[in-house]
Amino acid sequence: MLTNGGQALIKSLEMEGVEVIFGLPGGAILPVYDPIIDSPIRHILVRHEQGAGHMAEGYAHATGRPGVAMVTSGPAATNIVTPLCDAYMDSVPMVVITGQVASSSIGTDAFQECDTVGITRSVTKHNELVTEAADIPRVIREAFHIATTGRPGPVLVDIPKDIVDPQNPRSAMEWYWPESVDLPGYRPETRGDPAAIRAAADLICEARRPVLYVGGGVLKARGAEALRELAELTGIHVVTTLMARGAFPDSHPLALGMPGMHGTYTAITSMQEADLLVALGSRFDDRVTGKLDGFAPDAKIIHADIDPAEIGKVRRPDVGIVGDCRLVIEDLVEVLKERGGPDSQAERGEWKSRISGWQERFPLTYEPSDPGELLKPQYVLEQLRDAPSTPDDTIVVSGVGQHQMWTSQYWGFDHPYTWVNSGGLGTMGFSVPAAIGAKVGKPDRTVWAIDGDGCFQMTAQELVTAAAERIPVKVAILNNAYLGMVRQWQEMFYEERYSEVYLSPDLPDYKMWAEAMGCVGMRVESPEEVPAAIEKANSITDRPVVIDFRTDAREKVFPMVPSGATNSQVVVPPSQQDLAR
Amino acid sequence: MSEPRHRTLTVLVQNKAGVLARVAGLFARRGYNIDSLAVAPTDDESLSRITIVVDVESAPLDQIVKQLFKLINVVSISELHPRDSVERELLLATVKADGEVRARVLELVQIFEAKILNVGHTAITVSLEGSPVKVDDFEELLRPYGILELQRTGRVALPKLDRNL
Repeated sequence: MLTNGGQALIKSLEMEGVEVIFGLPGGAILPVYDPIIDSPIRHILVRHEQGAGHMAEGYAHATGRPGVAMVTSGPAATNIVTPLCDAYMDSVPMVVITGQVASSSIGTDAFQECDTVGITRSVTKHNELVTEAADIPRVIREAFHIATTGRPGPVLVDIPKDIVDPQNPRSAMEWYWPESVDLPGYRPETRGDPAAIRAAADLICEARRPVLYVGGGVLKARGAEALRELAELTGIHVVTTLMARGAFPDSHPLALGMPGMHGTYTAITSMQEADLLVALGSRFDDRVTGKLDGFAPDAKIIHADIDPAEIGKVRRPDVGIVGDCRLVIEDLVEVLKERGGPDSQAERGEWKSRISGWQERFPLTYEPSDPGELLKPQYVLEQLRDAPSTPDDTIVVSGVGQHQMWTSQYWGFDHPYTWVNSGGLGTMGFSVPAAIGAKVGKPDRTVWAIDGDGCFQMTAQELVTAAAERIPVKVAILNNAYLGMVRQWQEMFYEERYSEVYLSPDLPDYKMWAEAMGCVGMRVESPEEVPAAIEKANSITDRPVVIDFRTDAREKVFPMVPSGATNSQVVVPPSQQDLAR
Repeated sequence: MSEPRHRTLTVLVQNKAGVLARVAGLFARRGYNIDSLAVAPTDDESLSRITIVVDVESAPLDQIVKQLFKLINVVSISELHPRDSVERELLLATVKADGEVRARVLELVQIFEAKILNVGHTAITVSLEGSPVKVDDFEELLRPYGILELQRTGRVALPKLDRNL
C-alpha cells in the first residue's frame, strides 16, 4: 500500500496500541497532525509542551504502558527536555515524537530549528533522527521496544518535515510493519543467574537483621505480588523508597515505610543497623544512603537490578543479580521454599523486638494546630486520605518539596501504582500535568494531585487542558506561601536567613485562578472546614477541582537526615528529641 | 606489578550517524577521561570499531564498560590488555634538521625504521608507525632537536591470535 511518512507514523502508533497522544502542533510537525483527524487515537491538546511530557509520564506511571507525547521542533523540543530527563531519572517508559525542519534545512539555523537529538542525547535511553520516510515504521517499532523493555526509559524520535509531508515526494513510501526488531547491541537480561540467586538465598537464610530495600524497579517489573510473597515467606521487614511507595502495603505488619532523608525513623534505623540489605530494583540513591561511607556499615548487600550498571555503581554488593525484579524475586521465593520456607530462616526475635521498639517510640508525628492557627499540612493529608468519600485506590500525584515528603509519609499506600511523583530529577510542577495523564490512563479512578503553591504556579495552566478535555482531576494545594523545602533548609542550616522563598498566600488568588481555568475553586483556612471541602471535591466528577488549603509555613518535614550527615544522625521531630534512641 | 592506569577498550558500534557523539557524550557526562580515541570502519560495513584508551583512575573500568554497553548502538565491548593484544599508533612530526643536526636526526629515523615524508632546507617531516611504547621513545628522542609540529593518532588494537592447537 502506497502511503506517506505522516500517515505511516500515525499508523505505526496505532499498531503499537497507542490510545492517547499528549501534544501540541506547530510548523514542522504539521503534516503529522492531519492524519490524526482520521485516527482512533485520542489527542489531548496541552497548553505547554512540558505539560505533554509530564502527562505522558503520569499516564505511564499509572498504567504501566508507554506514554506518548508529540510536539513540534525548536522551542517545543526544548520545552520537553525536562520531562525527558525526569522520565530518564525515574525509568519511565515514554516515546516522544518531535518535528524537525526539512532535511535540506538541517544545519542551516532554520526557523525553529534546534539540534534535538544532540540536546536530548544524555536525557534519553535512546533517540534517533529519522532520515527516510521508509524508516518510520521500523524506528517507531524500535522506539517502543526500547522504551518498554529492560530498564524502561524515554525514547525520542525526531522527524524532519519533508519525510512526512504528502506534498513532498520524499514522504512517499510503501507501508509495512516490521515483524520483529533487529537491535544487535540491545539484549536486556531478564532472568537472574541461578547461582547468584542461590547465593542470595544463603545470605537471606543466615541473616539475623535483614531488611528488604525495595525501589521503583519492583513496580516497573510489576513485582508487587511477588515481593509480598517473599516478605511473608521470610518474615523480613520491607522499606519502600520514594519511587516504590505502594509496592508493599503500608498497612502490612512488615512495612516500615520510606527510608532516606525524610524517611521514617524505623526505616532509616533498621537499614543502618541491618546485617543484610536485600536491594530490589533500588539504586542506593544519595537521598536514601545519606553520607555514603557511614551507610549501613555492618550490612552485607544483595543487589538485584535489571540494569547491570547499577550493580556496584554506588555500593559493591556481596551478591549482584542482573535481572527483572519480578522474575528474580519469584526465583528467589522458589529457592527459599525448597530450603524449607520460614523454618530455614535464622532466629530474629531480638531484631523484631528492636524494630517494634523503634516503631513505638518514633512514629511519624506532628503537633496539631492551635485554634485560630493555620492548617497543619499533615492534618490535611490525613483528612483527605481518611475521608469516606476518598476511595481506597485513589491515585495520588505530587510535585516536589515538603508537600511531596508529607504525602509520601502520611498517605499510607496500600496498592501499587497509586503514587506518582518525580523522584530522581525532583521536577517542581510535575503534579498537575502528571495527574492529568494518570487520570486519562485510569479514568475510573479518583486522582488527587497534592501540590505546593510554588509547584502549582509552574504548570497550573494545564488545568485549562483538563477542563477543556473533561479530565476531572482534583488538586489540593498545601499553600504555605513559601518555597517550603528551601525555607526549611534556610531555617535549619542558614540561621533563619530567608532568601527569596516568600511567595504570598493570596497572590495569585488560587480560587479565582482555578475558576478562570474552568475548574471549581475552593479555599480552606480552618480545620473544621476541611472535611466538607474534601467531601464536595470528591463529589464533583465533571470538571477539575482545586482546593487552596492555607497551611502553616513554620511546619517542617521530620525526620530529617541533614545533607552530608550519616543516617545515624537523623533528626527527629521536637517532641521525640528527648527520647532514648 | 601495579595495575596500569590506562586500559584499552575496543568497542564495536553500529555504523550510524551520531554514534561517536553518543560515546564521547557518555564519557563527558559521567566524568570519565579519554586518553585517546580512534574510529574506523570494519570489514562489515554496518559496523565501526572505536578503540578507546581510558583512564581508569577517573572511574572503575567495570562501570565505564557497563555504562557504554547501555548505548543501544554499542554492539560489543572488549578490553584489550597490552599483553594479549597488538597495538599500533602512528606519529607524524616535523622536526628541525639544520646543518650538522640533520645527520643525527636521519640516524634516529634509520634506527627506528621511520619514514621521511617531506624534506625542507631546515626541517624534515617524518612518520613512524609502531607500538605505543616505541612511538613514545621516538618522540622523546626527537624532542631535543626541536619538534615544530607533532600529530599522533589514537591507539588501534586487535587481540592476539590464539596459537594453541
